[in-house]
Amino acid sequence: MSAAEEVVTEAPAVEAVPKRAMTLGYGTSLVMLALLIAAPLFVKNFIIFQLTMLLVYALAVLALNILTGGSGQFSLGQSAFYAVGAYTSAILMEHVGMNYALTLPIAGVICFGFGFLFGQPALRLSGVYLALATFALATAMPQLLKLGYFEHWTGGVQGLVVTKPDAPFGLPMSQDMWLYYFTLVVTVAIYIFSVNLLRSRSGRAFMAIRDNEIAASAMGIDVALYKTLAFGVSAGITGVAGGLGAIAVQFVAPDGYTILLAINLFLGMVVGGVGWLPGSIVGSAFIIFVPNIAEGISKGLSGAVFGILLFLVIFLVPHGARQIAIVAQQLIGKLKKN
Amino acid sequence: MTAMLNIKDLRAYYGQVQALHGLEFALNQGSVTTLLGANGAGKTTTLRAICNMVRSTGAIEFDGAPLTGRSTENIVRLGIAHVPQGRGTFTTMTVEENLQLGAITRKDRAGVVADIDRMYDHFPVLKQRHTQQAGTLSGGEQQMLAVARALMLRPRLMLLDEPSFGLAPLIVRDLFKILGKINREDKVTILVVEQNAQLALELADKAYVIETGRIVMSGSANEIANNEDVRKSYLGY
Amino acid sequence: MELFTNQVLAGIATGAIYACMALAVVMIYQAIDHLNFAQGEMAMFSTFVCWQLMQWGVPYWGAFLVTLVFSFAGGIAIERLLFKPLAKAPILTNVAGFIALYAIINSVAGLIWDFTIKQFPTPFGSSSFLGSQLISTHQAGMIGVTLILLLLLFFFFRFTRMGLAMRAAASLPESARLVGINTSWMIALGWGMAAAIGAIAGMLIAPVVFLEPNMMLGVLIYGFAAAVLGGLTSPLGAVVGGFLVGVFENLVGTYIPGVGNELKLPIALALIVTVLVVKPAGLFGRPIVKRV
Repeated sequence: MSAAEEVVTEAPAVEAVPKRAMTLGYGTSLVMLALLIAAPLFVKNFIIFQLTMLLVYALAVLALNILTGGSGQFSLGQSAFYAVGAYTSAILMEHVGMNYALTLPIAGVICFGFGFLFGQPALRLSGVYLALATFALATAMPQLLKLGYFEHWTGGVQGLVVTKPDAPFGLPMSQDMWLYYFTLVVTVAIYIFSVNLLRSRSGRAFMAIRDNEIAASAMGIDVALYKTLAFGVSAGITGVAGGLGAIAVQFVAPDGYTILLAINLFLGMVVGGVGWLPGSIVGSAFIIFVPNIAEGISKGLSGAVFGILLFLVIFLVPHGARQIAIVAQQLIGKLKKN
Repeated sequence: MTAMLNIKDLRAYYGQVQALHGLEFALNQGSVTTLLGANGAGKTTTLRAICNMVRSTGAIEFDGAPLTGRSTENIVRLGIAHVPQGRGTFTTMTVEENLQLGAITRKDRAGVVADIDRMYDHFPVLKQRHTQQAGTLSGGEQQMLAVARALMLRPRLMLLDEPSFGLAPLIVRDLFKILGKINREDKVTILVVEQNAQLALELADKAYVIETGRIVMSGSANEIANNEDVRKSYLGY
Repeated sequence: MELFTNQVLAGIATGAIYACMALAVVMIYQAIDHLNFAQGEMAMFSTFVCWQLMQWGVPYWGAFLVTLVFSFAGGIAIERLLFKPLAKAPILTNVAGFIALYAIINSVAGLIWDFTIKQFPTPFGSSSFLGSQLISTHQAGMIGVTLILLLLLFFFFRFTRMGLAMRAAASLPESARLVGINTSWMIALGWGMAAAIGAIAGMLIAPVVFLEPNMMLGVLIYGFAAAVLGGLTSPLGAVVGGFLVGVFENLVGTYIPGVGNELKLPIALALIVTVLVVKPAGLFGRPIVKRV
């Protein structure tokens, strides 16, 4: 047998984030929540829309964090799940006349199933190979959405327009503001769910698999089940994000869900800190605002400026926003002592 | 006789954890020294610190020149060969390629070819398997290969980290016999770190015992072998 | 049957493009143990440099050589300046670095040379090869150069000391240091070589796909796929993988109904992934038994 033996001594590809370090303390979380609740009261509608998208992408980055930071599976295909969620909501709202809020759990469940199914063949792949497979999925999705076969439902290349909901019960707020608070509630709920998931037995199973798959399986963890479960949960959350995004943007079209989105979500995860759930919102802010900043600095070289800013971030904080949080925590610890 | 390797106040750290607490010892040229200790005592850390593979402070001098601040590969080029724990064999390469790698920093091609033949004399089993992938060799054979690879450097000092680990006693005996031969004939100074105290003490001139990062005993190999405490803790009688 | 043979041959011809790119991909994988997403852009930039030199009157082969040297040096420079500082950072952070590099190079190329397509000459001419309808002399030239590159790389890795040292540094960096190899420089060298090979790929491909800043995207993806299919540690696998990917792509486009240009890519990738599920180390990759 000519197979060579390799002792797995090098660090796993995804660095381990200890369980308790995966979230913020209660105090900080409450402050963040207060800020998020107060924010739209002081700004114009367009900014409120951007804040809504901030939350939507934060959800998608969170999902990726669970998959990669939690269970160690590298995915460049999240845009596919996002698209499915977006289209599910759009189709249910426009073709079936369903209430927008109800479309979200359906989008979530469908995407969960989709992710769980995709997780099956993905079981035998890891690292570079899984990246390629998920990449294939992401590049296929826009093309599938354009197929003439589905055109009656998807609107083909043109896509579908989605009606923006009004605030219910005649509440005195703009559509944008209502949508923001609605999204905030969903986001917080999913965040709490995710934190608890990662603290639960399933979460521990994910992390055991991330850190050393062989050892995890030797310990009796059903690796296949938990890996596909991670894919499913991640896809489901991404699908909900997609649905929210569709409602906020009021429009779905195939070219809005290309591999570029998947790459951006990946960058968001890295900038926020892989496996650090609170970092998702920092990552989301990066991918929404930095490209605009780059274009503001130089229209002709916006890509280059973006790249340079990205390099600056990863040179300064190679472990993402989590590093800043750790430093801040240490500083506060020292201050408390004095 | 001046010491070939002089270590003073060596402290080593894994992150925040301190593994060595001010080690001091010296190796004379041409000697065989053994560093004994239980698991986790700091034996491997000591060897790694010599080769700058772990963060450390303190003074390490080789032939009077300080080693601190040099990269691992530069330390090796000074003539220090390190056979690491687990052997570090290049499993996807052939036996012969592993030997060639041992000599990769040497410029004398003819000398390298001659040395490879000498290694095959020392270790006939390697000659048998010289085109085989190193990963397919047994544990004992890989250990021989690791020692041979280290010798290809024509080192002045050889560091061995638990060469007996996982090997059958007869094989270990053979290996230590060869190490003794290398020390006498090729004039290679040897520092061998071991849990298997008995064979190490038979081979060595001098011995140190290390416990939780500190040297707790030193002396000639005979003295240490006859020491009551050592016999109880490390020799089992 | 004749259509089938024709498509297979045509696929081999386009496959030479992917094979060449795949060689560069394997080269960098040997050095740094992962894939560099910006390699296509580096190849594109090198090709533009060559084009620019020719615009300034430098004859083809002169420009070709200067470009090779420039690419080699450039690859080393990028590694030393941008990725050596990230050596201790997690892999995913390095991947983000590759993406940043991609954005920078693509943007700068677009600014300097704009996005209109340009003609790029071929030293092989474009008449038909040996009278065949399917393969032009340029395509035959591509296949030839790819095979020569493969032989050179094979010779380099198997029979030179530098090649041996690079393989050692990539496979077990700590052990490599313990035999005196400067693993950091081995990585820089790997980058330089990969950049040079990529430049060759770019200069071969440009006459076919036309020179513009986005020309390498599809090629890079197929190059990755080919390298992965062939087994990331095997240059021969990369070349065979490249030819296979070219053939897959062509056959899929010809025989599966309703598949336009856009769906060819995902389907080809899906096929490759299927192969990987069956043979996870790729066709020629050495299966590695992992011990805990």
